[in-house]
Amino acid sequence: MTAVISINHLSKRFGTFLALDEIDLNIETGEVVCVIGPSGSGKSTLIRCINLLESFEHPSTVVVDGTPVKKDKNLTSIRENVGMVFQSFNLFPHLTVCQNVSLAPMRVRKKTKDQAVEHALALLKQVGIESQADKYPDQLSGGQQQRVAIARALAMEPKVLLFDEPTSSLDPEMVGEVLDVMRQLAKSGVTMVVVTHEMGFAREVADRVAFMDNGKIIEIGTPSDIFDNAQEPRTRHFLSAILAH
Amino acid sequence: MSLVETFFNWEVFVSSFPLLLSGLRVTISLGAVSIVAGLVLGLAIALIRLYGVRPAQLVARLFIDLFRSIPILVLLIVVYYALPFVGLSLSPFMSAALSLTLVSAAYTAEIFRAGIEAVPRGQFEASFALGLNYRQMMRDVILPQAIRIVIPPLTGNCINVIKDTALASVVAMPDLIKQATQAQALEANPTPLIAAALMYIAILLPLVYLVGRLEKKSRREYTQ
Repeated sequence: MTAVISINHLSKRFGTFLALDEIDLNIETGEVVCVIGPSGSGKSTLIRCINLLESFEHPSTVVVDGTPVKKDKNLTSIRENVGMVFQSFNLFPHLTVCQNVSLAPMRVRKKTKDQAVEHALALLKQVGIESQADKYPDQLSGGQQQRVAIARALAMEPKVLLFDEPTSSLDPEMVGEVLDVMRQLAKSGVTMVVVTHEMGFAREVADRVAFMDNGKIIEIGTPSDIFDNAQEPRTRHFLSAILAH
Repeated sequence: MSLVETFFNWEVFVSSFPLLLSGLRVTISLGAVSIVAGLVLGLAIALIRLYGVRPAQLVARLFIDLFRSIPILVLLIVVYYALPFVGLSLSPFMSAALSLTLVSAAYTAEIFRAGIEAVPRGQFEASFALGLNYRQMMRDVILPQAIRIVIPPLTGNCINVIKDTALASVVAMPDLIKQATQAQALEANPTPLIAAALMYIAILLPLVYLVGRLEKKSRREYTQ
């Protein structure tokens, strides 16, 4: 197996604050990695560096599918191949659901409108909202919007899907429908990096779980390594605080 | 002479009407040219101001500040009476259109900049994450949203441009107010001026109402 994402000595500062501190992480094709940890530990910053939504410090390297991530002409082609699902959905409010999903394949992959729409409808069906294709995002519930966002990311047929706390801004009753879609994707072999507070999901779906704190990966391993058998006191402390309620 | 005979003299109105109408045509075409050119130039300057290389950004900023601080009348006089000394003689229409365009572009650029900056950051991030390049992002995602935000202030700017066309009469432009003052001198009666004033109001009052309605509408959409 080859690493589709290879992160080496990744550091990131916001002013004097060290958000990421020499992170090393390889992600294999087909793998599902969940990143957990307290707020402000750098989880979101970590995945935002993978498609350069955040820049990072000089000697760090991030390589996606053999191409180093930096601000050059390869950047858009890396971004095409790295899908992202945001906490706040970030759907395009002036476009219909179907247009949201078909826009990038038409513009970037140069698909015809018919091809793009056909594919979009198939993806909307896959996430269970094909009947909403002609509505606008603000006519949908949060859970539906997030499923559209997942379909939009899938439409580019990315090699990796990044999820940045995809259920954190959802009402509790809608979390399940989004996690169900993500669970299916994981089963179908999509490579996923998921920043999440959903410990049940991480335990059930992840191949590996990474625990982050203060900009470092404190511990990484299989779900049972982390959830049942954590070696580091900080990991145990975090998990006991979370699982206590 | 009665008030009506002085200010609302029907015969004077009828005889000066063709002149007024030709003035109105000039005013409208001057306004239209300046508004359209100002929009295009203003959008370009806004994009340079936001995303250009550093020196270009500074130039754009200088342009905006300069043409927002110079009175249009002064600019107009400089363009019409001073530029010929460096060999650039423009017709009254060109001088007026150029002056109005430059000032309108400066205001339009600021309006567009504010509109683009009002589009949430997540829209830019989602576009980049999908692999859209800068042009595609602007055209398909950011500008369509920014334009909704900027329509009310842009309409307000159009009103100002049309009003300011009246200044062009000082460079001998045969626009509505110039023709009206000429007709007034000719007939020795102020009725043409009153008629011109009513014509300005007839064009601008609907626009003023439109701005009010658009603002109300965009406020409603914003609070949804």
